[in-house]
Amino acid sequence: MTNISKEYYGNRVLKNVNLQVESGEIHALVGENGAGKSTLMNILFGMPVIHATGGYEGEIKIDGQPAVIDAPHKAMDFGIGMVHQEFMLIPGFTVTENIKVGREIANPTFLSKMLGEDLEVLDVEKMREDARVALDTIGLNIEEYVRIAGLPIGYLQFIEIAREIDKTGSKLLVFDEPTAVLTESEADHLLEIMRLIASKGIGIVFITHRLDEVMAVSDRLTILRDGEVVATLNSKETTVERVAELMIGRKIEKLIEVTGDHRILSDTDIALSIRDFHVDMPGERVTGLNLDVRNGEIFGIGGLAGQGKLGIPNGIMGLYESKGTVKVFDKVLDLAKLGEALRSGIAFVSEDRRGVGLLLDESIEFNIAFSAMQIKGDFLIRLGPISLFDWRKAREHALEMIRILDIRCTGPKQSVGSLSGGNQQKVCLARALAMRPNLLIVSEPTRGIDIGAKRLVLEHLVKLNREEGLTIVMVSSELVELRSLCDRIAIISSGKVAAILEPDAPDAEFGLAMAGLRKEGASIA
Amino acid sequence: MLVLREKLSEIYENLGLPRLIIIAFFIILLVTAAPLGLNVGSLLSDAIRRWAMYGVLVLAMVPGVECGINLNFGVSIGIVAGLLGSTVAIEMAIPNPWLSLGAAMLTGALVAAPLGIGYGVLLNRVKGSEMTVSTYVGFSIVAFMNMVWLSLPFRSGTLIWPLGGQGLRNTISLADSFGGVLNNFMGIRIGDPIQGPFIPTGLILFFMLMCVVVWLFMRSKTGIAMSAAGDNPVFARATGIDVDRMRILGTTISTVLGAIGIITYSQSYGFLQLYNAPLMMGFHCVAAVLIGGATVKKAKISHAIIGTFLFQGILAVALPVANKLLPGTNLADVMRIIISNGIILYALSKTKEGN
Repeated sequence: MTNISKEYYGNRVLKNVNLQVESGEIHALVGENGAGKSTLMNILFGMPVIHATGGYEGEIKIDGQPAVIDAPHKAMDFGIGMVHQEFMLIPGFTVTENIKVGREIANPTFLSKMLGEDLEVLDVEKMREDARVALDTIGLNIEEYVRIAGLPIGYLQFIEIAREIDKTGSKLLVFDEPTAVLTESEADHLLEIMRLIASKGIGIVFITHRLDEVMAVSDRLTILRDGEVVATLNSKETTVERVAELMIGRKIEKLIEVTGDHRILSDTDIALSIRDFHVDMPGERVTGLNLDVRNGEIFGIGGLAGQGKLGIPNGIMGLYESKGTVKVFDKVLDLAKLGEALRSGIAFVSEDRRGVGLLLDESIEFNIAFSAMQIKGDFLIRLGPISLFDWRKAREHALEMIRILDIRCTGPKQSVGSLSGGNQQKVCLARALAMRPNLLIVSEPTRGIDIGAKRLVLEHLVKLNREEGLTIVMVSSELVELRSLCDRIAIISSGKVAAILEPDAPDAEFGLAMAGLRKEGASIA
Repeated sequence: MLVLREKLSEIYENLGLPRLIIIAFFIILLVTAAPLGLNVGSLLSDAIRRWAMYGVLVLAMVPGVECGINLNFGVSIGIVAGLLGSTVAIEMAIPNPWLSLGAAMLTGALVAAPLGIGYGVLLNRVKGSEMTVSTYVGFSIVAFMNMVWLSLPFRSGTLIWPLGGQGLRNTISLADSFGGVLNNFMGIRIGDPIQGPFIPTGLILFFMLMCVVVWLFMRSKTGIAMSAAGDNPVFARATGIDVDRMRILGTTISTVLGAIGIITYSQSYGFLQLYNAPLMMGFHCVAAVLIGGATVKKAKISHAIIGTFLFQGILAVALPVANKLLPGTNLADVMRIIISNGIILYALSKTKEGN
């Protein structure tokens, strides 16, 4: 692939990317979330999303011949296969059927001779044999006639691989985060299989966050950052630290200037204390996490997607099932009780603005007042046993927040669904603040909002912290953002704290923590 | 000209095509009625009577939609509870019609509330397909009650079959209990003391009272929490609202309103209709509130008020007009079926996400 560029709606996500994979080579592709790895692979596979958004620039060559790949089946014709991150298997089918689906072996019958190939009878015996060979190749000890449904997750990954191996004429296999769901021994086994496949002359692109695996198995590696190739290195000639640094490394541009810090932070004055915390949030599991947030600090929580950083706030707020001990200002939360965190003075700005954060059809004033009304009983007129919503008071409050946070709208009666992302985020923030919390948790506060709104939101957070002593926990995928305003940053990996770092710690340390290679900081820093 | 066009398109946006068609149809019917020799005044008074008579039943849709169970096709549960309450009131043979009505409503509500809670629990288990389930629950309860009506141990002569001495009649007169008690309260007859158009003031006042009660509830802390739970369950959970409980609450209120609604309806009609009579009533209520502008996700009290008037108004006017135009046909009934089912179909096709 040479000089590949791609724009999504005017946003350049890939810039002149070059990637060469030789046959029999294991080529690792590493980078943070959003570095452009998935987009690059989608281009290679001719996924419809690429062509629906205006195609790409650049050239793809296979065996030296220019290739036009504008549909996934073309990619398959060229011998490009993929082992997906989410399993593309049909649960009700057997292992054989899943391996052979779309490429069935069939015998003609008199019906098919009359009415066409579609009516040929499947040669189940032969298909089973083929499946067996593929399964044996990767050393998977499983009967080829069992159904997929109910098999352990580790097996599914290997069946996917068996399917790709069974395809004759495969030239290139892409492994997208194959070890993410595997146990350690399964992952080791998988790496062995990758070497085996490569030894048969098939090129492999290995996409992963786990740098130790990259170093263990790959021949060469390409590092992507913000849609550009930072470096292509020989794995033998480099170190994990160097790769981590290249992956993260960017000039530290402070998003905002922080001045006038008169706070006194003490390790004994703890606002939020989390012990052995487990959250069952799909895709963002937290497994046995320990964390202490000091009173009055801005605490950052970072890490790669899927490692569990989002599970922490959602677990505390009771949106997903969780267990463990969470103490807020020495009060132990009853995690099973809905709304417990809110009543204990924690306010939450969700990462899912449109889904969790707002009532899209309702007005700005209603959205801002809602939580405070439900939890604290503000904005209510009491008439004997019934209490009615006080629209007048809600409007006054909304007007004030619109002014303070500079919410661009036609008025407090505008529905929040028609606001821009940044202004919606401000409404979410206003709603959280209306509860006058003593701990504010903001999750991905700047996701999908423009730079102006971003700065305003972040500045306001700092102002709240400095002027009103509000303790803030900020969860974000944007490391730059965390490093520009947090006092300390916990990096989450595999549902645990990998490290707690100062914002000016070296890039390499952040990179290593994200790759899950630093465990010594896991105890309370 | 441009301003007028903007105004018109704004009106169009607010009303939507189906409502415009129905309003136009209603006006056309009224205009054709006069040259056919029909008394437009009495047609209108009939429309108003039917509007107030059905109003509470349609109002029952509002808390259902708002709490997130979509259109409550199973309002028949409330209806049979109301019918049961009425039969109990008749059996008690209370001479004062007001007390009798009160007894019917109280019993009806007391029966409806636990049924509504159970029904709400059921609907919480079938999230995503509430409307399908509620339709069948509605049908089933009517069938179940057919057996109950036959075996209730009531003794009152107005209730049971004159022959055989057991089981309730199909149609039960309310003349000796609470028939017409609301209609006649402060009722006004215009013009001719017997034939002239009649305004059932008490009935309208009662309907309005129920609207105010529901309106107050929807503006209360609990009512707002309930709406939020229906509008965006995840949001509600994030604010510490027990979504399942709110849905049960909304379902129960809807069911109780159904019970009160059928009693209001029956007292105006003058008869209780048992057995299969409530079978399709849920559909009529759904159609009416949809005509009024509600969707499966949002319903306001104004939707119930406007929708009932349009739906019942068309029926009240269309029947005599159709009979004049095509004597001896049941065109009016066909029309009613087309309108009520057509509007339900239209509204369901408009729902974007399958929840």
